[in-house]
Formats: sequence, structure tokens, C-alpha cells
Amino acid sequence: MHLLTTSLDKLLGVLEAVGGFVAILAFLFWLAGKVRGRFEKPIANILLLGPAVLLLLIGLVIPAIRTIFLSFRGQYVIGPDVKYVGLANYKWAFTDPHTLHTLVRTAEWLVIVPLVSTVAGLVFALLVDRMKYQVIAKSLIFMPTAISFVGASLIWKYVYQYRAPNLPQIGLLSEVVMKLGWSHPPNWLLSSPLNTFLMMVILVWIETGFAMVIMGAALRSIPDDVIEAARVDGAKGWRLFRSVQLPMISSTVTVVIITIMTATLKIFDIVYTITGGNFHTDVLSNEMYSQIFEEFNNGRGSALAVILFLAVVPLVTVSILRLRKERYA
Amino acid sequence: MSVDEALVTETGETPEPGGLTPPSHREPVKTHQRLATVVVVVMSILWALPVFGFFVTSLRSKAEAEGSGWWTVFVHPSLTFSNYIDVLFHGGANIQGGGLFPYAMNSLAIAIPATIIPIIVASMAAYSLSWVRFKSADTVYFIIFGLQVVPLQMSLVPLLQLYSHGAHLGSFPIFPNLNLHGSIAEVWISHTMFSMPLAVFLLYNFIAQLPNELIEAARVDGANFLYIYRRVVMPLSLPAIASFAIFQFLWVWNDLLIGLTFSAKSASAQPLTVQLQQLSGTFGSHLELLTAGGFVTIIIPMIVFFSLQRYFVRGLLAGSVKG
Repeated sequence: MHLLTTSLDKLLGVLEAVGGFVAILAFLFWLAGKVRGRFEKPIANILLLGPAVLLLLIGLVIPAIRTIFLSFRGQYVIGPDVKYVGLANYKWAFTDPHTLHTLVRTAEWLVIVPLVSTVAGLVFALLVDRMKYQVIAKSLIFMPTAISFVGASLIWKYVYQYRAPNLPQIGLLSEVVMKLGWSHPPNWLLSSPLNTFLMMVILVWIETGFAMVIMGAALRSIPDDVIEAARVDGAKGWRLFRSVQLPMISSTVTVVIITIMTATLKIFDIVYTITGGNFHTDVLSNEMYSQIFEEFNNGRGSALAVILFLAVVPLVTVSILRLRKERYA
Repeated sequence: MSVDEALVTETGETPEPGGLTPPSHREPVKTHQRLATVVVVVMSILWALPVFGFFVTSLRSKAEAEGSGWWTVFVHPSLTFSNYIDVLFHGGANIQGGGLFPYAMNSLAIAIPATIIPIIVASMAAYSLSWVRFKSADTVYFIIFGLQVVPLQMSLVPLLQLYSHGAHLGSFPIFPNLNLHGSIAEVWISHTMFSMPLAVFLLYNFIAQLPNELIEAARVDGANFLYIYRRVVMPLSLPAIASFAIFQFLWVWNDLLIGLTFSAKSASAQPLTVQLQQLSGTFGSHLELLTAGGFVTIIIPMIVFFSLQRYFVRGLLAGSVKG
């Protein structure tokens, strides 16, 4: 009962906050609605645009600038010990063996996951087209995109569970490989570099559905008479794909790859949940988190955040410009 | 609503219904077709099997879940719902307090304002930039649009400091210490701020294309700008708002990093994902609770996914660069 009342209180509190916000807004609208003439437009604009601009300044612009400054400073952020250390944090990021390995591993993720997900999604989109019950098959592939990374990580950690070979197995992967005759499989998540690849599988599992849906839509938007004409010319199967379908959806393929790359670059939840970055599995975003919240080294953490930012900029720029061009031209 | 139907609305194209294609489209070689079917079936099973096994385990007793693989359930069927009652209301394993239920409420208490408030604030901004207009409106829009490139990781440390210390210029407090640290508000306000560039971008694209005549007519009738926003722009923008709302709700519900960063030290503000992440350390000793808890977190996204797939796909397409 106690449980229920505290939870209800919490929800009510939140509804009050939202209600209060709307009430204040309504009052200001009413007040500003009285104004006519020369000031009507400026006041309306301030009222309409002000909250968004304020939220952006406080939540993104100022913090991002501050993070850049912090990345040139030492360990302590509050108090007199804030020392300017120049590029030392960046030098550390690119010379410290652990961090260097982390960056290289992040680059491996960045190449493998987008490539595999895109190819798998494209193959599935091509094959499933014109098939019976395709809706069910597509829904199954697409379903993981709705699941949280934490949920997905738990689901797969269970698949990868290790038990000594003489015990009854509970992990699906061990069971399958032992049935296939591998009598002593490794402890999957502790064996580097295998564990990194097994974690990439999780992200591929999530992103393939996204790739399939987007490229499936692009494939279907190719006009029927184009395909028909190619068939009359004798193109089918692989040749039809290579010389007609692929060139016509190439721009969508680029968007898909770049979008998955962006998500991969920021990947945090999977590594944090499955190994916490141990056993040689650390990636950039997780290392940043542990520098800030476990080592309490805000300078280094901020430098890693800036590196992440610099890596994301070209990807997101291309992707949003394409998106804008395609959807809203 | 299926993926297919979703894509009809998405692309404006009618996909060919399964198996009903004109004969000229069929592959003459039947073996290819069969191979394709095999690949599709195998891939679908591979994709579904981990979730299915996870779900089966959540319905087994502790002894059974730890003593044998979930696939043995087909030989010795014995299922129970008690794990869900335990994990939601009684706790156990690493769960602080009494079960996951309060954390599910936290997730809801974070996701509701973090969805509603961005919609209001962003639609107001989008309307201002597209219809009320001022001299540098285009520049302002382009800056907000461009802010999508800033990863939220860039904001974590400074925001945490702001929440726990306020902001000072010299010794003059320019932003008070609101005592937000470790509260639900801290989490949903952060989500609200991080959602702005995407929300303004999406809603602007829709609102800017509303028919000019409607808004002009209201102006001629003497309605002021704010009245037009409430009575004309808001109601007409509902389709775009729905897409964004679903995307944002799922994003917040599924988020780990922001929840972890801004609530880590206080259990009373932690969302479900954070607790669940901490549960993952108990693998092996409480598998039956872990799987049940895992299913509790994915059930809401699943419901949204299967009932509102059309909006989900739209939001996914548009919001895919967020993070």
C-alpha cells in the first residue's frame, strides 16, 4: 500500500509540474494577448521562442562550450585546483595504452556494425519482398528496434551464459556449439577479442531491422516499369540488383550506413551493461563515463567527449542534410 | 498496423502484397525462391529466439531456470507467473526497496513530462520561426537545426555541476541552486533540454507547411498570434506531434545514460533501466527475476511498437540522428 501511495504521489507531482507549466503559459498568453499594435509581434515572438532558446542555451550550448574548456584542465573542476593543462588530456587519450585501445576498438565497432547491419537488412529486404507471411517475418526482424539497449543486453547476456561443460547448459550459444561437437566452449564474455564481437552482434541485431525498413521502402519506391524494362533486357537476380536496384537506392544506403555509424559511435549501454568495459571491451562513450564518474577526472572525460563530438560532426551533418533534402525538398 | 502498411503512408507507394505479384515478376528458377525462403525463415527465427527464450525463462521457477536450459521446457512444461509478482512488488536480488514497481512509476514520471513539455515548447518555437517571423528567424532556425550535431555527452558534466551547485558569475548567483540534485525533475528536465533540436526541427518542417490561407484568414479576422497558435496551429499539427511524441516517449523510456548520470545516487529518482542494469550483475543467482524484470521494461515499448507502428516508423526515420 505504501508502495502504491508513494508512486501515486510521484506521478501526481509530475502532473502538477506539467499542469503548472501549462497554467503559467496560459496566463502569459492571456496577458500578452492584450497587447496590440507595434509590440504585438515582438512580444509574441519572445513568449513563443523564449522557452526553447532558454532550454537550448542552458542544456546544450553553454554546457558544450564549458566541456571544451574543461577538456584543457586538470582533474579538479571545482575549487582552486583547476589547472590549465593545455593539450595534456588529448595527449593522454592518444598515447595511454588503455585509451588508445579503446579508440581503436571503437573504430572497429564503427566499421563492422554498420556494414553488417546494412548488408543483413538489405539482403532481408530483397528476399522477403513478394513472400508469403512477409509481414510476420519483417515484424520479427524489426521488433528489436523498440527494445532498450539495456533490455537487449540482458537478453543476449543470457544467450551467452557460460556454464562448466559437465553441467547442464542454460546459455543457448554454449548448448548449440556443444551439440555441434565443440565439447569445451570458452567463457564467451571473458574471452577477448571474441567478447567484443559478441557484443557487436547485439547492436547488429537491433540495427538490422532499421536498415531493412528504410531500404525496403526505397526498393519499393523504384518504379515498376524500370524493373520491368530491365527484366525484358534479361537482367534478373544478382544482375538486376547490381545494375538497377542498387544504383537507384544508393543514396538511401548511404543514409542508413551513416545513421547506424552515429548510433555505434555513441554506444554506451551495451558495453556498460554486459562487461562494464572490462575484459578488453571498453569503447569511447563508456570510457568517458568511467573517467567522469569512477575516476572523477572531468578533464579527461571532457576531452573524450570532445573527441566523440568531433567524430560525430561529419556523420550527423551528412545525415541531417540528406534527410532534409530527401524528405522536405 | 504492420510494417508494410506503415510504409505505405511513409512513401506514398503501394507495396506489392505478398504472393500476389503478377507472374512476370516471378523468378523462373524455383530453387532460388526456395533458398530465399530458407534464408528468411532462418533469419527470422534467429532474431526472435533470444527474446523467446528470455520470455520462457521469466515464466519458470528459480530452480528450473537455473537447473536447465529454457528449451527443456518443451519436454517438462511447468510455467508460473509468480516471478513477475516477485520482481514487481517484493524485490530480491539486487533491487533496492520493494521490487521494480516504484522504478516503473519513476520511468513513467520521467517519460510523461519529458514528452509533453518538449512538444509544447518546440511547437511554440516552430510556429514563431515559421509564421510569426522576425528578421533573423531563418538564422535562429538554422542554429537550432545545427545543434543536432552536439552529442548529449558534451553536456553531462556541466549540467551535473549546474544542478548541484547552481551557476555563479564571480560570487553573484546567476542561476540559483534549485536543489534538484537527485530528483526526478533533474532527469526529465535534462531529457527535455536534449530533445529540443530534434523537436524543433521536426515540428518546424510540419508547421511551416500548414496552408497559408488558414492562418491568414484567422489574422484577418483579428485573432492575435497566440490565439492562432492555440486554435489553428496546435490542432492541425497533431500528426507530426504524434510521431514525435512516440519517438520521444520510447527514447526516454529506453534511455540509460541520462537516467544513470542524473539519478545514480538516489534510488527515488531512478528509472527502470538503471535498476535493471544493476540487476545484470546477479546473473546466475536470480535468473528468473532478471528475465521477468527485463520483460517488464520491454513490454511497454512492445505495446507501443505493435499498436502504433506507423507513427513509430515515421519517428524513427526522422529521429534517427538523435543521441
